[in-house]
Amino acid sequence: MRQYVIAAALMCCATRVEAYEIEDERLFGPPNMPVISVLSTTDTDVFAPVIEAFLAAHPDHALRYVAASSQEVFRAMRDEDAQFDLVISSAMDLQMKLANDGFAAPIVSAQTQALPPWTKWRDRLFGFALEPVVLMASKKAMQGLVLPRTRRDLIDLLRANPDRFNGRIATYDPNISGAGYLFATQDARQTDAFWRLAEVMGRLNAQLYCCSGEMITGLENNELALAYNIVGSYAFTRVQGSDDLVVIELEDFTVALVRTAFVPRNAERPQMGAELLDFMLSKTDGQTTRSGGAALLPREQAALPPHVRPIRLDPGLLVYLDRIKRANFLAEWNAAMTQP
Amino acid sequence: MGLQSGSLRARLVLQLLVVAAVLAVLLFFTVRYTADRAAEATQDAILGAATTSVAEQLRATEEGVEIDLAYSTFSMLGAIGQDRLFYRIDIGNSTVTGYDDLPLPEQRPTSLAAEFYTAPYLDTKIRISAVSRTIVVGTSPVPVLVMIGQTRQGQAAIAGALANRAALLGFGFFVLAVPLSLLSAGSIFNPINRLAEAVGRRGPRDLRAVRHPTPRELAPLVAALNGFVSRLRGALSQTETFIAEAAHHIRTPLSTVRTEAEIALRQSDNEATRIRLRSMIRGVEESARSASQLLDHAMVLYRSDQLEMVEVDMGQAARNVARAFGPTAELKEVSLIVLGDDRPLPTRGDPLLIEAALRNLVDNAIKYSPEETEVCIALSQGNGMVKVRVCDQGRGLSGASMEQLAQRFSRGGNVSDVVGSGLGLTIVTEVIAALGGEFLLEEQATGGTCANMSLPQH
Repeated sequence: MRQYVIAAALMCCATRVEAYEIEDERLFGPPNMPVISVLSTTDTDVFAPVIEAFLAAHPDHALRYVAASSQEVFRAMRDEDAQFDLVISSAMDLQMKLANDGFAAPIVSAQTQALPPWTKWRDRLFGFALEPVVLMASKKAMQGLVLPRTRRDLIDLLRANPDRFNGRIATYDPNISGAGYLFATQDARQTDAFWRLAEVMGRLNAQLYCCSGEMITGLENNELALAYNIVGSYAFTRVQGSDDLVVIELEDFTVALVRTAFVPRNAERPQMGAELLDFMLSKTDGQTTRSGGAALLPREQAALPPHVRPIRLDPGLLVYLDRIKRANFLAEWNAAMTQP
Repeated sequence: MGLQSGSLRARLVLQLLVVAAVLAVLLFFTVRYTADRAAEATQDAILGAATTSVAEQLRATEEGVEIDLAYSTFSMLGAIGQDRLFYRIDIGNSTVTGYDDLPLPEQRPTSLAAEFYTAPYLDTKIRISAVSRTIVVGTSPVPVLVMIGQTRQGQAAIAGALANRAALLGFGFFVLAVPLSLLSAGSIFNPINRLAEAVGRRGPRDLRAVRHPTPRELAPLVAALNGFVSRLRGALSQTETFIAEAAHHIRTPLSTVRTEAEIALRQSDNEATRIRLRSMIRGVEESARSASQLLDHAMVLYRSDQLEMVEVDMGQAARNVARAFGPTAELKEVSLIVLGDDRPLPTRGDPLLIEAALRNLVDNAIKYSPEETEVCIALSQGNGMVKVRVCDQGRGLSGASMEQLAQRFSRGGNVSDVVGSGLGLTIVTEVIAALGGEFLLEEQATGGTCANMSLPQH
């Protein structure tokens, strides 16, 4: 009997050790009030203004904001039964899988009903911001070169100037970043040029990062010349006040990511989670404004510039999450990255 | 209200509406079921094609099996109703990818033709399509099972939308049925109403058989009615014949009795016997009068059924009656005066009936007149009518109404000392009703009664 108890305790501890990793946790509002818990991939500082505005309208609540990577958010929800009232993530595929597999509660409100159909999946998953995935460059590093306008331009540029770009081009590591994997798979789905680009980047010893922010820092520090697939909200925020950085939306196509949120089925305060969701959606007044770098969702997809291709919220997203498909894709990618 | 009473129309309408409602509900369920099946068949076809396509793309390689799930296939599967999607691929006996716990088919499919089944999974119910094929790994053939399941929200939405249409259709059908059934119930009862009207329009003495055209279904009713009417007519005519016969048979011996009594009166010297004989004669006289009134009445009933309309001078008829009553009036010391000129009072009618009416009027007037008074017969015409007014100076009506007095065998409340049958006024009113005239009894301020009889002028 004793052994079982110890075993159970050990297992418990083991689970504890394996618990999802968080990047930041902050409590907003008065500490002795009922707490709304939010799990999100967005950096706390970026999201703080929304939280403060929401709490101003709900002074009788506090809000615990937990920031984590998209993979960790997915793991927390699927494997660890973590309790949150709202889950926000930029990894649409993982959010889609969670919703498909029944982790999201149905939410029906005037706000969610009013959403254009392409920005939500059933009454479970709701898009609240559209962000293009862009190329960023340092003007200093690009001196004397024409900024690329398409992927073909970019490939030519990299091939033509191997010395200048060797070790100075960066992109996400899809092995560790959920968002990076999503962007890479969507690129691969859109064009065969993606694999050529990957090979060129591999030959130039591309630096692989976990996050958009660190790539931009690399550009700022002059360690990098180009960063491929940067999330729009970070790019547009950081480019302000910098006379060196430049944001490029590639014209052959620019994948646009829909940030999505859902209220988990095991939420402690689903009502409050839904209210925060409504609050976030109410800012979506149909205008494509770039406040804080993220484009709010337009009513009609046709209102977007023609090169912007939003990722659709549909079960197609599940395909690249298939373990075999994922393993094949990553194997291909890694082969492209590590070349003799 | 039981089934035996109440409105036939309401019952018919109710039954029609119940039938319409049942049909509407039936329609709804039929369309709903068909729509559901159709939507399911469509969705199954898409799901089956997707599953087959995934299975076809399985390839054996040196490292094992290569599986390429097509993004667009999955994308399309979710397009109809944003359905949730689950899949599982088994090679040999192990699940290589997808949802390990997706329910297996009861019977393993044997080919690329999809097997469909519905099973509960996670928190919902899903429709699964399964196909199987064999691939060669290395040198040995390995069976592969591919399953794709989806929720059927899209199917439910399509079927629901169609069912809503069906419900609307059914409801519309029912709403349309309401006025239609009211209309048809109305038209069904029209012949009955027309028959009732035709029978109701008949006069009080019209006992002819009903010849109104009626639907077949009403024929038994009409036949029964006609049978009843003919029995009634037979009974009536029998009664009338009997009364006429009886009156006739009574009158003849009565006149013999009277003659004999008069002879006896003349031959008798005994005062007491004479008094008895006189009262006997008076009694016999009254009986004879009653008998002739009964005869008159029977005659009036018979003739007013088969009116013989000819031109009659009512003035002449009145003068004839006055002349006939001359001796009777004289006996009672009542003076009978006819007022008015000799101009004819032309009307149309049965002369016998007119005479019977006049005779009864004058007879009544004389009967109720005290001795040494006047009975006045005034003749006039005007307003398209010819009029005879018979006034006496008798005891009046004492407030009895004309309707009461005109009933058979009904007499005024102040006449118990006068012998009478109560048939006189009945005869008069029946004749006048048959000839389309007017009759009015009025009490005079100076005492006495006036009877006004008018017939249309010809």
